[in-house]
Amino acid sequence: MAEKGFKRSDGRKMDEIRKMNAKVGVVPNADGSAMFSFGDTIAIAAVYGPKKMHPQHLQNPEKGTLRYSYNMLSFSVTDRIRPGPSRRSQEISKISEWALEPVLMIEDFPNAVIDVHVNILQANASTRCAGINAAALALAHAGIPMKNMVASVSIGKLDKQLVVDVSKEEEDWEKGEGATDIPISFTSDGKITHIQLDGKIGTKQLKEAIGMAKKACAEIHELQKKVLKESIPEK
Amino acid sequence: METTRITGERIREYMLSGKRFDGRNLEDFREITIEKGVSKNAEGSARVKIGNTEVVVGVKMSVSEPYPDSPDKGNLMVTSELLPLSSDRFESGPPRIESIELARVIDRCIRESKFIEFEKLCITPGEKVWTVFVDIYSINADGNLIDAAGIGALAALKNAKIPEYNEKEGVVYGSLTNKKIPVKKEIPLSITFHKIGESIIVDPTQEEEDVSEARVTIGSHEGVISSMQKGNSKEIKEDEMFKILDLNEKVWKELFLKIEKSFKD
Repeated sequence: MAEKGFKRSDGRKMDEIRKMNAKVGVVPNADGSAMFSFGDTIAIAAVYGPKKMHPQHLQNPEKGTLRYSYNMLSFSVTDRIRPGPSRRSQEISKISEWALEPVLMIEDFPNAVIDVHVNILQANASTRCAGINAAALALAHAGIPMKNMVASVSIGKLDKQLVVDVSKEEEDWEKGEGATDIPISFTSDGKITHIQLDGKIGTKQLKEAIGMAKKACAEIHELQKKVLKESIPEK
Repeated sequence: METTRITGERIREYMLSGKRFDGRNLEDFREITIEKGVSKNAEGSARVKIGNTEVVVGVKMSVSEPYPDSPDKGNLMVTSELLPLSSDRFESGPPRIESIELARVIDRCIRESKFIEFEKLCITPGEKVWTVFVDIYSINADGNLIDAAGIGALAALKNAKIPEYNEKEGVVYGSLTNKKIPVKKEIPLSITFHKIGESIIVDPTQEEEDVSEARVTIGSHEGVISSMQKGNSKEIKEDEMFKILDLNEKVWKELFLKIEKSFKD
């Protein structure tokens, strides 16, 4: 529901995701790869593995390891960012790992590692969500056994209004209660594998936000399914 | 995956009779595509594909103090990152020599050719000048990243626009002026030649690059060479070097013809 007189700067409906685009097989060298975009936010992901974990002391004989690395290209944002890992990117890598690991049948790969490399080519907010969406696609494309897909979307609270898939302009909202950013990831059977929140929101409204995310993730999931199916040549 | 010794032997054998695995002649490039403006937040950007090899290059600009030895000239900074995404050979972490060398070869190709007119990038002499950052990223590594990076850097610079700047706010990122980075018409293409067995080839695939004994990268425009670098651990004979220089003029023309339209205004 829209608060009275509230309009999104790009004219979207409150529960409208920006135009999505997805494609698998964008990095031929990788075992699996994918591109996913929300409007101007573009992420590409490549999966290498499962392969033997090096160095040996990091091997886990009980289950395989998922290793996720999130990286923004220096020119993906308006101010150039220094290339290389930052505290922010390391944290995002970790939460993305946690977002995806629950659906992977990783116990089938003892002592192995599955490397997921995500790079943000162009950023207009919701980069971690685009990254997770691309990574889930790339993992499926690589043929890694998965129980489910994972989809991710950010919910924003601008002043009092909830919106789906926050853009940069919305992220910088200053009026009223300001902006609250809530990236959420769902498995395709409706379980939350990741949620973060920055800002200020009541319990009731947060529940509403989660509901909106679930609906949006179902929409993203449909797209993921579609591109994966299309990537398999017809017999 | 490393290239096996038996594959290497076969590559050399083939080349002796002037053939390559993918059917190309020794002096042929794979198909090249150049796409400009691939990242909206960059001042200029380009994606270059040579066969299966792909790089993206972005240009960003900032205002800083000039170097004391060039108080009225802008600066250039080229960096490259061989992304782990692009090959299972690359790992994250501090840049390794491969990516440092790549960036420096491209840096010199641009700098020494005087492609960028640095004197026009001065705001206040001795105080403020523009620094141009050229950042190169590999997206899929299948040999000859160096030439792809060179073309990408030139294409990104060619379409880059200078951001707005004023004394009070400094650089206003996100709003670009209509002014382009001042660059010359002469395009300093860099081409890398590889010696494999007795053969000299250009544009190696990853397998071919793995068995390359020596390489020479030449940055030039219509026979005027402005930068050069030899790499890898084997020597090159004088007559081989001469052959490379002659080949450079020929290959340069062919390559330029292929990409010329991407450099028109």
